[in-house]
Amino acid sequence: MNETIHIQPFLRLSGLEPLIVRPETNFVNVGERTNVTGSKKFARLIKDGLYEEALSVARQQVESGAQVIDINMDDAMLEGVEAMTVFLNLVQAEPDIAKIPIMIDSSKFEIIEAGLKCVQGKCIVNSISMKEGESKFIEQAFICKSYGASVIVMAFDEVGQADTKQRKIEICHRAYKILTSQVGYDPQDIIFDPNIFAIATGIEEHNNYAVDFIEATAEIKRLMPLTKVSGGVSNVSFSFRGNDHVREAIHSVFLYYAIKAGMDMGIVNAGQLVVYDEIEPTLRDMCEAVILNRNNDNNEATEKLIVHAEKVKAKGKVEIKDEKWRNEPVEKRLSHSLVNGITDYIDADTEEARIKYPKPLDVIEGPLMDGMNIVGDLFGAGKMFLPQVVKSARVMKKAVAVLTPFIEQEKEDRKQAHLAAGTTNEEAAGAAKILLATVKGDVHDIGKNIVGVVLGCNGYDIIDLGVMVSSDKILSEAKKHNVDIIGLSGLITPSLDEMVHIAKEMKRQQMDLPLLIGGATTSRMHTAVKIAQEYDNGVVHVLDASRSVTVAGSLLSKEQKPDFLNGIKNEYHKLKEDFANRKTIKNYLPFAVAQQNGAVIDWGNFTPVTPTFTGTKVFENYDLAEIAEYIDWQPFFIAWEMHGKFPALLTDEIIGKEATKLYNDAKKLLQQIIDEKWITARGVIGFWEANRTAPDTVIVKTSKEDISLQFLRQQIKKAAGQPNLSLADFIAPDTSKSTDYLGGFSVTIEGMEPHIKKFNENLDDYNKIILQALGDRFAEAFAEVLHKRTRLEYWGYVTEEHLSNEQLIKEEYLGIRPAPGYPACPDHTEKYKLFNLLGGEETTGIHLTESLAMYPASSVCGWYFANPASKYFGVGKINEDQLSDYTVRKEMDMEEVKRWLSPILD
Amino acid sequence: MKKSIQDCLKERILIIDGAMGTMIQRHKLEEADYRGERFKDWHTDVKGNNDLLSITQPGIIIDIHKQYLEAGADIIETNTFSSTLIAQADYDMQSLAYELNVASAKCARIAADEYTTKNPDKPRFVAGAIGPLNKTLSLSPDVNNPGFRAVTFDEVAAAYTDQIKGLIEGGVDLLLIETIFDTLNAKAAVYAIKKFFRDRKMNSPQTPSPFPLPPGEIKGALPIMISGTITDASGRTLSGQTLEAFYISLMHANPISIGLNCALGAMEMRPHIEELSSIANCYTSAYPNAGLPNAFGEYDEQPHETAHIIEEWAANGWLNIVGGCCGTTPDHIKHIADEVAKFKPRLLPVLEEAL
Repeated sequence: MNETIHIQPFLRLSGLEPLIVRPETNFVNVGERTNVTGSKKFARLIKDGLYEEALSVARQQVESGAQVIDINMDDAMLEGVEAMTVFLNLVQAEPDIAKIPIMIDSSKFEIIEAGLKCVQGKCIVNSISMKEGESKFIEQAFICKSYGASVIVMAFDEVGQADTKQRKIEICHRAYKILTSQVGYDPQDIIFDPNIFAIATGIEEHNNYAVDFIEATAEIKRLMPLTKVSGGVSNVSFSFRGNDHVREAIHSVFLYYAIKAGMDMGIVNAGQLVVYDEIEPTLRDMCEAVILNRNNDNNEATEKLIVHAEKVKAKGKVEIKDEKWRNEPVEKRLSHSLVNGITDYIDADTEEARIKYPKPLDVIEGPLMDGMNIVGDLFGAGKMFLPQVVKSARVMKKAVAVLTPFIEQEKEDRKQAHLAAGTTNEEAAGAAKILLATVKGDVHDIGKNIVGVVLGCNGYDIIDLGVMVSSDKILSEAKKHNVDIIGLSGLITPSLDEMVHIAKEMKRQQMDLPLLIGGATTSRMHTAVKIAQEYDNGVVHVLDASRSVTVAGSLLSKEQKPDFLNGIKNEYHKLKEDFANRKTIKNYLPFAVAQQNGAVIDWGNFTPVTPTFTGTKVFENYDLAEIAEYIDWQPFFIAWEMHGKFPALLTDEIIGKEATKLYNDAKKLLQQIIDEKWITARGVIGFWEANRTAPDTVIVKTSKEDISLQFLRQQIKKAAGQPNLSLADFIAPDTSKSTDYLGGFSVTIEGMEPHIKKFNENLDDYNKIILQALGDRFAEAFAEVLHKRTRLEYWGYVTEEHLSNEQLIKEEYLGIRPAPGYPACPDHTEKYKLFNLLGGEETTGIHLTESLAMYPASSVCGWYFANPASKYFGVGKINEDQLSDYTVRKEMDMEEVKRWLSPILD
Repeated sequence: MKKSIQDCLKERILIIDGAMGTMIQRHKLEEADYRGERFKDWHTDVKGNNDLLSITQPGIIIDIHKQYLEAGADIIETNTFSSTLIAQADYDMQSLAYELNVASAKCARIAADEYTTKNPDKPRFVAGAIGPLNKTLSLSPDVNNPGFRAVTFDEVAAAYTDQIKGLIEGGVDLLLIETIFDTLNAKAAVYAIKKFFRDRKMNSPQTPSPFPLPPGEIKGALPIMISGTITDASGRTLSGQTLEAFYISLMHANPISIGLNCALGAMEMRPHIEELSSIANCYTSAYPNAGLPNAFGEYDEQPHETAHIIEEWAANGWLNIVGGCCGTTPDHIKHIADEVAKFKPRLLPVLEEAL
């Protein structure tokens, strides 16, 4: 129990709620409209003393996604100290605004200090600088620190404001040394503003300002990695004021590059940021040229953008469809839309039905539910498939969204009527509620989303808590919403432990609602043996989304529930017994004997191939079209619960038609992803000298240090002549006198979030799930591409290879790429070493969660083994003696090793 | 040389004392007892001004401290919950605030030193209790005017500076900002403490810190303990912060410990202590009430019941300092001390220096 906790040096801020800026936070939006110098409207409201309305400006920023709110009262016509005090005191009384941290913005330090005296949370001071010399700077920093604020340091010194890259870096570094060594600031509490100046002003000296900022940012983050970089983004486009369309594009392109360089936060109009990929390509290219100062001699690029800016217009497009069904009555039309997943007319049709029916709820309970029942029946009969159901759900959600305001209004009216009449207000009990969550440490949620949609279609009220949800949150939300069922999902093995933990907590808190277990790593056996015994009020493993409906139905029916749970209980009990019996049959070799029985490789006659380089090589923005050629489609269809071999399933008698539709939709989205560069593929490969120094230990040499990798070995007694394999067997021993090599790689797909978010906002689960599934396919395919190039080019241990995609999928290539945490090397914690070798989070773009899941979720990693004898295998179960030996080798606590290896321990 | 509190925290879970008010109530004191000789002609009623007893009835206060020390408390709190210019205004005793702090610190010092002398292996520490004030900086007392504040940050900081000065001159070992229901009040206390030590540039009266002094910290400054109050099942402070937001807001105090006390019984406090133990980069503390009050406002959770709940926290490795708040008695403290003695203290987290 008593484990040491590791605390990461993140920037931590708070309003009523915490804001922790982790590497994966990507970019913190600071709302800019509550600034009298930047917003005329806000300035007017403050000057006129209309503070209530001024608060609504703040609220609008929070609602549009600002994570921090910048407040500035610097105006010659205002008493700054008083305005700041009054406004901040009012903000504190508005929980929906005060929940986020506040950035107190002023060029007058007395206003800043007045602000700091009003806010209970941890603020950001914007800003202090060395423009009046070091001693003033130190004094102000001490004061900020005694209020517990993080500080923005502007790149400004006694000489003036820094405009060149070099000056920006020098000033920031000087300030850093003072703040950390004299004032005691933690590096993570220091935020630099290296000055964003306007570009495209017509003055050539200004043309490189954006580049200076971007390059300085990269260098600042390299020199002082824990610090943060911020800036006022709208400055950059100042010369295009009046043309918001172009300004937004410039901001977005600027941020795209600045964030890549390491910019952590920026003062932006949170409501008005366009997605980089959504900018019309011509405009985007022009913005890019101006920002990156390319082809800009004699202001050429600037001129081009100015000319283009004048004629930018929105464009639309029209398509012709079969519209006969549009002449049917409204009920038929709604049902048609639902069954066929058509969203084009749903708003108007729903509105028509709302007027026709006495109450808005009647529309849901009448025609909409009738339509969904048809969908449910067709799905149950195997005549509709998941992709279609998800499309139907999207239509349903849109229809309900139209009706919700009216239903709320009606409820309110009824409540008021009851209150007036003095009668109590009894709402009819709603649909059964099901809470879904991907457990703490895990980031995968495709399966959970599908289950949510399917259950939602069947009339359940779904509360989806998302990914990486702590057990506390799951259980407290379950209580808060008084849910009827909790469903947990997870994809990686450590999630299994978390599920056991949650079951224990449910028992401890004496909960009585059933617990559903699902996700790729879960199994009926694990549920029966490990989870069910921890909680007595029903634990059920659910194989896939279509089963979830019947299981939920049985659990929620008072008549069926006892029998159903009893049945499950008996079934699991039997599984558990079987498991216990089977266990005793397993015959282990003593570990020392297993180590003697490794793979036999004649190292005397083996010359390892030297890779073309050692160290790492990074691939940024890898060609998506090339990767797409290597996509393995079968798992894509499995994600959609369409089983069968690809491509045969496209012509399958039963699912063929729908599978083909899905395939076409997916290919269309795939093409759009490639054409519009929705995502970027980032990969790292590396090769290092390596030798085996003990039966299961491989020492990897880098220019900096030696890293020892520890492997696990098959220990179950094999048939005569069969080896007990360990990956270490495939690396030449140090006694063989030849230097061998080991490789490693990681790939990740970045940029999915904004698109997933967009689909979410459009209530479009169908495309969301396609996109998520494609992200995973991209990552896998990218791994395939890099492995191939490794074999042929970078390591070059294969001179010729003629393998079809199909053969690649069947792993017919020479050499292997096993991943830590998977069967051949089941210990997830070796991932730390792999990622260290590859250059860590910064280089790989991948964050490891506490359960060692990779984030972004569409990521793949592994070791490269080149030896022709190397092959994939599973370690299987291991015995106590290997466990203790491994614990010693890993220099870890036995309990911790046990926890990580629990899937392979008896 | 006496072991420092840092040494003791590494070795074991330390025990902090229980309720002062509950123990004072047992004496059934009357107006005349509160006044004593010195204030017999005071122009307002003073019954209920418990802090005043450190001047008028020091024997009672010292005796209560001794009962807690006898029960096993390593840390006792001074009787100064309301000894500030602002809180004493209720009795028109603002001018006595500083003196109350000196007197209470001395009472606790006498009791603690007696027990340390008896058993030097178990040194006892005096924590100067800095209460939350009856006026608050984040909330308006006027519902029609949410921007109004009954007090300013500077006034609060000044009141706390006066209190801190008295506590330190009375000889406390630690400063305990407790029962925080408005984080901004606590920030004013932290501001006052930091400024006090920086202004005084005090020299070290104690063993040097085993930790290298971070830049910006003053040598000889007393360790700060922080203890907030989660008021109800919402899991938030009265001023609306979540536990983690509360902690982040006060990290700059660089406290020796962070914890929770009051408002909740141990049962209700459990998830918050679990959370705190996983996020705090310093030691953790907890001193819950003896359950929730019954219909008569009395606390009736029995000593063994409280101790039983807390035992599990210790077994889980969540605790460094534990004791009791409202309704707890020396008997509660003894039961808690006995139960947690068998467990190791929570390990101090490792602070990573790179991402």
